[in-house]
Amino acid sequence: MTPSNVLAEQKLLRQRIDAAHAEAAQPLSREEVGDIVREVLTTMQGDLSAQDLGLYKELESLARYIQHARREIAAIRPADIRDCHLPTAHDELDAVVGATETATFAIFDACDAIGVIAGGIDGEQGVKLTEQITRIFEACNFQDITGQRITKVVKALKHIEAKVDALVAAFGESALGALEADPEPAGDAALLHGPQLPGNAINQDEIDRLLASFD
Amino acid sequence: MAVDKNLPILIVDDYKTMLRIVRNLLKQVGFDNVEEAMDGSSALTKLRESRFGLIISDWNMEPMTGLQLLREVRADAKLAAIPFIMITAESKTENVIAAKEAGVSNYIVKPFNAETLKSKLQSVLGAF
Repeated sequence: MTPSNVLAEQKLLRQRIDAAHAEAAQPLSREEVGDIVREVLTTMQGDLSAQDLGLYKELESLARYIQHARREIAAIRPADIRDCHLPTAHDELDAVVGATETATFAIFDACDAIGVIAGGIDGEQGVKLTEQITRIFEACNFQDITGQRITKVVKALKHIEAKVDALVAAFGESALGALEADPEPAGDAALLHGPQLPGNAINQDEIDRLLASFD
Repeated sequence: MAVDKNLPILIVDDYKTMLRIVRNLLKQVGFDNVEEAMDGSSALTKLRESRFGLIISDWNMEPMTGLQLLREVRADAKLAAIPFIMITAESKTENVIAAKEAGVSNYIVKPFNAETLKSKLQSVLGAF
């Protein structure tokens, strides 16, 4: 055999091994598991004992359990959790941090303006005013603490995202997506979106224009 | 000896609101010569470019944490003597021990007030 023939044969063999690996990686359906069990039992025809039948029952219930678990996991729609719910949660939490930061800076600016006024007030009143400004600054510690807590929640969400990703990969995206999607809310329930992220909503001027357009 | 109220102080925090709170509270207790950095590496750059008499840093920052910044400062012969106060929400015993072992001068847990800051400044710099 020439070296090129050997290489060609090795390549062919590699392709067959890859194909066999790919086939082996596919999850088995309940029917396939049942077929395998039946085939095993067929080879034992004539030798079936009560112990064999017990084993058969165990295998069948195991197949049923796997199929049930698969349906349960599919019902929670892990791909939706990964693709929709978790990214939305990240965005909402980022918006919370952004909004509290903006509000905190507005408070600081107001405090600075009051501080300038306090500086112009002689005596005890000016001092008392400055003390209260300091109390406001101290209270604004909350923004940093809130931000750090939210960062912890985001990290936890990322961990969940990785686990869901692994689940989707293990069961196969197409198999899990085969179930019907949850029905979209209808009627008044469909109008309840809560606060919108910046850029997702229209502002007051646009609302005014929209209302005016009905006149 | 009285504390120089013009002492240059570097405050390090990745939250702009905290930088402003600490700056304001320092002003309330009489210190107005304050520089800011929003992460550990830019803090180190500022420390190597200018002279500072005190560092006040957050712990929970990325990529360089306040603890790593503290270790870098203590490992640099030119910076090692600068007092370093950690202001942080990390309040477990193990955190305080780790900071102490790294050479922290004092430790303030968030949320904090002007009185706490003043007392820690006095313990590090002396009465004022």
